[in-house]
Amino acid sequence: MLSVQNLTCARGGVPVLAGVSFDVDVGKALILRGPNGVGKTTLLRTLAGLQPAVYGAAHYPEDEGAYASHADGIKTALTVIENLKFWADVHGAPLPENILDTFDLTDLRDRLGGTLSAGQKRRLGLARLGVIGRKVLFLDEPTVSLDGFSVKLFADWLQNTHLAAGGVAVVATHIDLGLDAPELDLTPFKAADDTGGGSDEAFL
Amino acid sequence: MIALLLRDLRLAIRAGGGFGLGLAFFLIVVVLVPFGVGPETELLSRIAPGILWVASLLAALLSLDRIFALDYEDGSLALLATSPLPLEGAAMVKALAHWITTGLPLTLAAPALGFLLSLAPEAYAYLLISLLIGTPALSMIGTFGAALTVGLRRGGLLLSLLVLPLYVPTLIFGAEAVRRGADGLDPTGALMLMAGITAGSFALLPFATAAVLRINLR
Repeated sequence: MLSVQNLTCARGGVPVLAGVSFDVDVGKALILRGPNGVGKTTLLRTLAGLQPAVYGAAHYPEDEGAYASHADGIKTALTVIENLKFWADVHGAPLPENILDTFDLTDLRDRLGGTLSAGQKRRLGLARLGVIGRKVLFLDEPTVSLDGFSVKLFADWLQNTHLAAGGVAVVATHIDLGLDAPELDLTPFKAADDTGGGSDEAFL
Repeated sequence: MIALLLRDLRLAIRAGGGFGLGLAFFLIVVVLVPFGVGPETELLSRIAPGILWVASLLAALLSLDRIFALDYEDGSLALLATSPLPLEGAAMVKALAHWITTGLPLTLAAPALGFLLSLAPEAYAYLLISLLIGTPALSMIGTFGAALTVGLRRGGLLLSLLVLPLYVPTLIFGAEAVRRGADGLDPTGALMLMAGITAGSFALLPFATAAVLRINLR
């Protein structure tokens, strides 16, 4: 479902990863590993289409990709349910009935986004992935500031709801999510300093 | 698109949304002018069209930097960019939301403030019409400026410097229409030109705004 071929991506005009290739089948996940600064976020942003690839391409069904990072897009002046409803409406998807239960947000339903703790915000941000109905998820450190229980909650949702329904996920993480998924270490793909292309990117 | 419009309006009227700020600013500027130039009604009524237009332009400017900055900071903008909603549409909706929360209240309040400046009675209708036609252009041009400066620290001042020159044509034709109305002349020409600016900016600037946002999101 997701096929990446010989992808080179750059940050601030400097190529950071080169020649990345992998395939992810329907219902499977891929865990990205690598030290800080190796280019996990850059790769995920490139895959999600937020920045252009220097070379190569990623193929997945159009309008099926979704990106999630530490910035959850939560509006502090809207309640939990209003935040979720907004993203469901933007994506033209119905709000799943059990979504609040799945991410343990039922008690917080009418709380304002601004009054949530960091971990609760994170759960709300992840619940967004459950309402937008996208098949190909690009997750950048989804478990930051989650406690052990919530990590398990999220891993369960990813495995038993998203992947089981034929979704795909590429997850950059430093912890063990307990998913049955192959891992890809990005260190060997680190771009050499003389990799050309995109040198004028920084000025655009 | 409706969802985005409703969300932006809801955010504007909730605490910290800044709704009414522009309106209060407009009110204060217009009230200050008679203190500054003195109470001669003749002088006031002659400069009233220009004062009202300049004040509403500055009031619209006041809330421009919030259009994209907040969505950029909390990550919503990147999420919107990957949503099925085209960024061009999002840009247009943002401009529309800004107009509803700023331009429309200004337009409705302007006649009352025209009274404070002893605006000529014949000019009230034209003041209302010219603001109604002209303020959407202010919002759309401002949205483009906000997209240019999104992500910059202290982008607000740069935004004003970029946007104010672009407001000049709207200001000239807007104030001219009211002045001609006050003098009993035919203001149709000025109104038509201003309508042209508004239509043109709504036709072209959403595309420019979306292109600029895509670059700024990289």
